[in-house]
Amino acid sequence: MKPAPFEYAAPESVDEALALLGEEAKVLAGGQSLVPLLNFRLARPERIVDINRVEELAYIRAGDGGSLRIGALARQAALERSQLVAERWPLLSQAVRFVGHPQIRSRGTVAGSVTHADPTAELPVALTALDARFHVRSSGGARSLSAAELFSGPLTTTLAADELLAEIEVPPLPAGARCAFSEHARTHGDFALAGAAVVRAEGDTAIALLGAGWTPLRATAAERALAGGAATHEVAALAAELVDDEHRAALMAALVKDAVEEASA
Amino acid sequence: MRIELEINGERHAADVEPRTLLSDFIRHQAGLTGTKVGCEHGVCGACTVQLDGEPARSCLMLAVQANGRSLRTIEALGTEHPLARAFHEHHALQCGFCTAGFLMSLEPFLREHPDPSESEIREALAGNLCRCTGYQGIVEAVEQAAREGAAGDQA
Repeated sequence: MKPAPFEYAAPESVDEALALLGEEAKVLAGGQSLVPLLNFRLARPERIVDINRVEELAYIRAGDGGSLRIGALARQAALERSQLVAERWPLLSQAVRFVGHPQIRSRGTVAGSVTHADPTAELPVALTALDARFHVRSSGGARSLSAAELFSGPLTTTLAADELLAEIEVPPLPAGARCAFSEHARTHGDFALAGAAVVRAEGDTAIALLGAGWTPLRATAAERALAGGAATHEVAALAAELVDDEHRAALMAALVKDAVEEASA
Repeated sequence: MRIELEINGERHAADVEPRTLLSDFIRHQAGLTGTKVGCEHGVCGACTVQLDGEPARSCLMLAVQANGRSLRTIEALGTEHPLARAFHEHHALQCGFCTAGFLMSLEPFLREHPDPSESEIREALAGNLCRCTGYQGIVEAVEQAAREGAAGDQA
């Protein structure tokens, strides 16, 4: 239950951090997922690149065009406390309260939750519902991915070993948009069995599911039905069709119904 | 690596291996054994300390990451703090292994929620496991500490 030896680097700039990344290196941000893996020795990287001193990555701010910009070092607690996020992207404020516990959110980062890609994590699902873009950098260049392009399986993304998820960009929500996030876990803060993120606005309907597969999933048939004026229970039933397990499908139907009703109230 | 940090207002300097967990540093090198080590993967909350005023799992941090930072551990709270007294009076512990983590989590919680509801208290406790008490006494202790103004004591 102690990490195996590794080389430790604590760069102070993004460029310096990128130069240290590679096949045998791991990025350490909040450490709330990586350090357990180190303690269990499930992860044995040769080099830890600790980005906690890269101040230029610690931000949550409104960017050009009214989008939200979340730097790689932005803590979940900062997202939770952000007035800007609460006013303009309330889905993120709603979802982050379900992430672990205050003792976890004080250290854990938004981008770290994304790159860890746990299929029961809340923030990847909320960001999927919000059509977020994931801006990735390496010493060789930069690219920008959608959620569908980033998440490739349980605990797996399409990021290369020399790439850093430097920034998450969330487009502005249409005026009057309403959001809701619902989930079921046996105890608050535990890994959830199922969950749903819903955005409703004029000309924009999004339903993203937690626990319907190995990655965050958009329930496109349910979205079309909701946009077309279908009854809530029909929308919920369409979303639940994406879940194999009977118990979880029943949970999903109830959670989608709750979230759709909350976002329509 | 050489690190320097403040623990409970006192300066500590030490040489540590990068892989040394902060929890082990606190206990074995700083000699502050009030902080307990339970699961070592962030589930039980026994090792909770405050890092620059915020509760954090010390088993999920490397000691080198605390370089230049300020830590507060259970030793700084003392036995006369309203929370500590309330835990005593409400039998909010039996074996006591989890208690330091509870108190380190609850002190900042009461600062942010000076008049919490029972459901807020239960949510705040969700990150700390106690296998002895069933939590009822803990909830009652937090309610009493809130009434006695535990929030203002250290704010």
